[in-house]
Amino acid sequence: MKGAGQSRGVIRTLREMASRPSGAIGLFLVLLHVFIAIASPWLVPFDFKAISASLILSPPDSTHWWGTDHLGRDVLTRTLLGGREAILVTLVATPLAVLWGGFVGIYLGLVGGKLDDVLMRVVDAFLALPWILKMLLLIATFGSGIEVLIPTLAVFYGIPVIRIARAAAHNVVARDFVLAARARGHGRLAIIRRELLPNVLDALMVEGAMRWSWMLLAFSSLSFLGFGVSPPTPDWGLMVADSRTFLAIAPWSGLYPIVALSSLIIGINLTADALAKTLGVDRAQKAPI
Amino acid sequence: MLRMILRRLMLGAITVGLVSLIIFAAVEALPGDACTALLKQDAQGQRLLNCRQELGLDRAAPLRYLDWASAALRGDLGFSAHSTKRISVLVADRLKNSLLLGITALAVGLPLAFIAGILAALRRDKWLDLVLSALAIGAMTIPEFVSATLLILVFSGWLGWLPGIVLTPADAPLSKFFPEIILPVAALAMVMTAHILRTVRSSMIEVLDSDYVRMATLKGVPYRTMVWRHVLPNALLPAINVVALTVAWLLGGVVVIEMVFNYPGLGRLMIGAISDRDLALVQAIALIVASVYVVVNLTADLLTLVANPRLRTAAGRRT
Amino acid sequence: MPLIDIRDLSIGFASRAGAMLPVLRNIDFQIRRGETVGLVGESGSGKSTLALAAMGYLKTGLQVMGGSVHFGEHEMFSLSRPALESIRGGEVALVPQNSGQSLTPTLRVGRQLLEAVALHSALPPAQHAHRVTELLRQVRLPEPETIAARYPHELSGGQQQRVAIAMALAGEPDVLLLDEPTTGLDVTTQAHILELLRDINRQTGTAMVYVSHDLGAIARVCDRVVVLYAGEVVLAGSTRQVLLTPAHPYARGLLASIPRLSEASLPSALPGRPPMPGGAGAGCSFADRCGLAEPTCRSSRPPLLALADGASTRCHFHERTSELVVTRPKLSAASAQVAGLAPALTLDGLAISYARANLLQQLLGRRPDVPHTVADINLRVSAGETIGLVGESGSGKSSILKAVAGLNPPVAGQLGLGGGDALAPNVDQRPPDHLRRIQLIFQNPDDSLNPRHTVAEILAQPLQLYFGLSGDALHARSVELLERVRLGAHYLDRLPSQMSGGEKQRIAIARAFAAEPDIVLCDEVTSALDVSVQAAVLELLNELKRDKGTTYLFVSHDLAVVRALADRVAVLYQGRLCEIGPAAEVYATPSHPYTEVLLGAVLEPVPDKAPILLADDIVELAPPAQGCPFQRRCPKKVGDICVTTAPPWQMAPSGHGICCHIPRNQLMPSDMEAQGHD
Repeated sequence: MKGAGQSRGVIRTLREMASRPSGAIGLFLVLLHVFIAIASPWLVPFDFKAISASLILSPPDSTHWWGTDHLGRDVLTRTLLGGREAILVTLVATPLAVLWGGFVGIYLGLVGGKLDDVLMRVVDAFLALPWILKMLLLIATFGSGIEVLIPTLAVFYGIPVIRIARAAAHNVVARDFVLAARARGHGRLAIIRRELLPNVLDALMVEGAMRWSWMLLAFSSLSFLGFGVSPPTPDWGLMVADSRTFLAIAPWSGLYPIVALSSLIIGINLTADALAKTLGVDRAQKAPI
Repeated sequence: MLRMILRRLMLGAITVGLVSLIIFAAVEALPGDACTALLKQDAQGQRLLNCRQELGLDRAAPLRYLDWASAALRGDLGFSAHSTKRISVLVADRLKNSLLLGITALAVGLPLAFIAGILAALRRDKWLDLVLSALAIGAMTIPEFVSATLLILVFSGWLGWLPGIVLTPADAPLSKFFPEIILPVAALAMVMTAHILRTVRSSMIEVLDSDYVRMATLKGVPYRTMVWRHVLPNALLPAINVVALTVAWLLGGVVVIEMVFNYPGLGRLMIGAISDRDLALVQAIALIVASVYVVVNLTADLLTLVANPRLRTAAGRRT
Repeated sequence: MPLIDIRDLSIGFASRAGAMLPVLRNIDFQIRRGETVGLVGESGSGKSTLALAAMGYLKTGLQVMGGSVHFGEHEMFSLSRPALESIRGGEVALVPQNSGQSLTPTLRVGRQLLEAVALHSALPPAQHAHRVTELLRQVRLPEPETIAARYPHELSGGQQQRVAIAMALAGEPDVLLLDEPTTGLDVTTQAHILELLRDINRQTGTAMVYVSHDLGAIARVCDRVVVLYAGEVVLAGSTRQVLLTPAHPYARGLLASIPRLSEASLPSALPGRPPMPGGAGAGCSFADRCGLAEPTCRSSRPPLLALADGASTRCHFHERTSELVVTRPKLSAASAQVAGLAPALTLDGLAISYARANLLQQLLGRRPDVPHTVADINLRVSAGETIGLVGESGSGKSSILKAVAGLNPPVAGQLGLGGGDALAPNVDQRPPDHLRRIQLIFQNPDDSLNPRHTVAEILAQPLQLYFGLSGDALHARSVELLERVRLGAHYLDRLPSQMSGGEKQRIAIARAFAAEPDIVLCDEVTSALDVSVQAAVLELLNELKRDKGTTYLFVSHDLAVVRALADRVAVLYQGRLCEIGPAAEVYATPSHPYTEVLLGAVLEPVPDKAPILLADDIVELAPPAQGCPFQRRCPKKVGDICVTTAPPWQMAPSGHGICCHIPRNQLMPSDMEAQGHD
């Protein structure tokens, strides 16, 4: 007999996730990062813009615990602040992406037909273009402020969600209880809301977690290439890019942001994994976008 | 079965067509055009109008699309506004370089991924599996620019074994790229191997748990024979699709790696083209990359069709 | 010395909390050379686990808690892998339950057989291919070379099963273990395969362990029967002993709950359901459901007692088993008065097609030129009547139900409801009243209930949709419905995963009746349930019909179940009606040749009763373009007229109609009855 109650409350899900080692570590890392992202302006010891010609690339010591970068700025400060924009943007864009992509995907999964055929061709065509091309074209046109990045990321990353939601919906639509609902005469919207959504939600949530991690990757990669956040705003990607030339002699200027970014992404992945196992979702490993 | 192949080919062609439309429309929507990029500050007034007339940019969009599309089919991708060279020539060099990078990465990564994935599944939950899976997850989750940077730091900066940046020019013959290509290939192969390893592993596990493998065991088939004859053919089939996705990604998504290592490939060219607003070049690269993606996926689809007996005899599919 | 000797075997798995939950307890089981033993049990009895354990195989998570399994001198669970590999397939072979999934999809059938032969046969390699052909012939597969070249998915269910048997015989094993080998197969196919097994046993002396829940099949194949309940042997003896004089209340109850062809009344149900692993308390595992239960039964576990006649039973009070009164409830009186009442549902010339037009045809606006999947269905169902639709796979019976429900628009013909209203072909076009009056119950309760909805939510849907109920009124009505299906109000908060198959089906029934329908469409509603639970569900359906006067369209492949419930029966073959009429007349003679084949193939749990195999068991994929649908398999085919002309309906005054070219008075039982096997 299966474990009692599949519709657990949020608290119970979290608790069960935390009982797994991957879940515990993952949740801790994610929450830590989110906390720092929110609270860092009040925690940091220095001004992130403060340049100092005399302190260029100085190693970690008692004043600058994590050393300074090539412009004499405090690495600790900039690392703590470096995730703010990335986390803010992606944390808003991810639910938007999952929402719109999920709804379209579920609808297509239920309805099928010509609309489905046409739209999936368009989705395929869209996904055939490398993500960076699409992002850069938009940024080149409209700039890289968060008012551009959030909708762009939400739209672009919602499209793969359509595919996944559609596949999940297909699995559910084939089952008798959906047929039973149709036979009773329930309308399409009611069927989506009552029959499909609760059964697809789990897969969508796990997918949402993974989307978040890929969005962060994209965001940092863009900043790394110089197309994302503009200096002097601290950002991990940007910091890694800046530190590249000096990495051999001053590894701290690049390693700390690397650890910060990697720990967040690993944390999200571990959380997604634990979530998938707790909810019983079968996670197919897909390449990002 | 012929019908299924034709159908797939047709769908592929439609996708490429759609892609070209999307690209064209997107580029059209951007402010500025080839003339503003060419003339830069002088792009105004009569000079602008003349330029536009000369380049045929004053005609209606659908006409220009058809022109561009038909030329592209013939292999003529126009001229780069920035360097005034023929795009096909520019792209050809970079394409060959990217292909070198991609194919080398595949040659290194694929066998590794398959062997590791198979072993991890056969020794499920034992220490080998745990180590391999952890490594794979690590390689997958760490951003490419991070792993590339770290590789340079360790192998070029600290150990000094390998060059960290590629200095060979774009049009150099392929052999000149060695040994500079080692680190980029390593960075690429890391991510690729991780993805394929995970897929192969989960596919193997699914097959190992299946009814027919249990039946083979209960039939008395020796373990090794069973793995070779009953497990592998069934487990590796789904891997074809992931390999296809990865191959397509290699070509298009390795931009970051090319930037980090300064490798003269298609990705770096694309970034440059966007920065310079060289729209014709952007269009051309996008079309090429998308076409490769479609072709690779098509090949994977067809391979799966051929290899999977259930799909092959679709006419006889029942029961 | 017995071939397989199982002593005091206990197998279990570790629960989440760490306790060991037993799946099998203290099993003693032996089989000798040439014997055929049946292992009977329902879900949770552990019968499959036992069969696999005889080969030294345990599913992941299971462990041996005690006891031993000996094959000859070898203790199966302590053997090395090479030794196991040599015994498995060679001396003990398994015929699995679902052959379609047990054959490797990427290897041709012949290749897999060759593998089995190469592993276990003493023949030189040059003769292996020939042996494969021999084996295929032994299992009566026509054109063995063609079959050998095919892939598993290209074969029908029956063919796959025969291949599995051939593969098992490749090593000329001493024992065959058969795990529900005929589940999911058509009645006629099943009968043929069982005859094949009997012949193999007689010709080669191979012993057989036949695991099944189907006492009819076991009656046909086995000399001895062992009955398992909740992981224990509760009764063992010869087939005659177990079937005619069962010395255990469970066996008695089980036999009584099986519907019989000869009886026009409902079987009597066993209350409750089998316990989960580890669920049995300190006493007898059957105590909760037993009519003879006393305090002793709940406190002390009965030992397996050897009886004077050679049988053994695990019951404190086995001498009193015959006292158990088995009442077979008569069919409701209302059912007898259906003639002449207003029709509740009419089907006029209904035809359904699944063929899809290809591109060219779509462009030209034409339909594909294949015979319809279902055609010429004319049915007039009176109010309060129960019409049984019987047939095998491909008969179209489920398609007809779905068409009536509006889920499968017919390609021709009309549907009519009650007092002359036309019934729109598509659900989307029907007014709410029509939707309410027709309700559908599905076969698989695991699938027909949304796993995320509680019972309260499931029942609320029709109540809100059709009656606009909410709040207290909704709650009260839901509780009422639950009580009507004999489930308490405490079920409201439960999820489907917390309920058994029988309970879920009751909820599905409650949901259907919540709409106060005129017509309930039952699509194989008892086929997925345990035998002892089936009877209870049938009883419930009957009660509801009696109280509300509901009309049933009852689809089933199980002729005995239909006999128990239906007033009229319609027999379908390849989507066409063959015979229709009052149940008693359809089940008696004269019959349509196909009905005769169907009835003859039914296996009853009666020893020494041979099925009558008339037609072969080819599965037809599509109906013929013209003439009688049964023309290719009919043992009484008259001649070309059967192929060229559609047969006429011959109606008797009672409403009993047979669609055949042969005149009624000549459609008496076939001469072959005298030649039936045994």
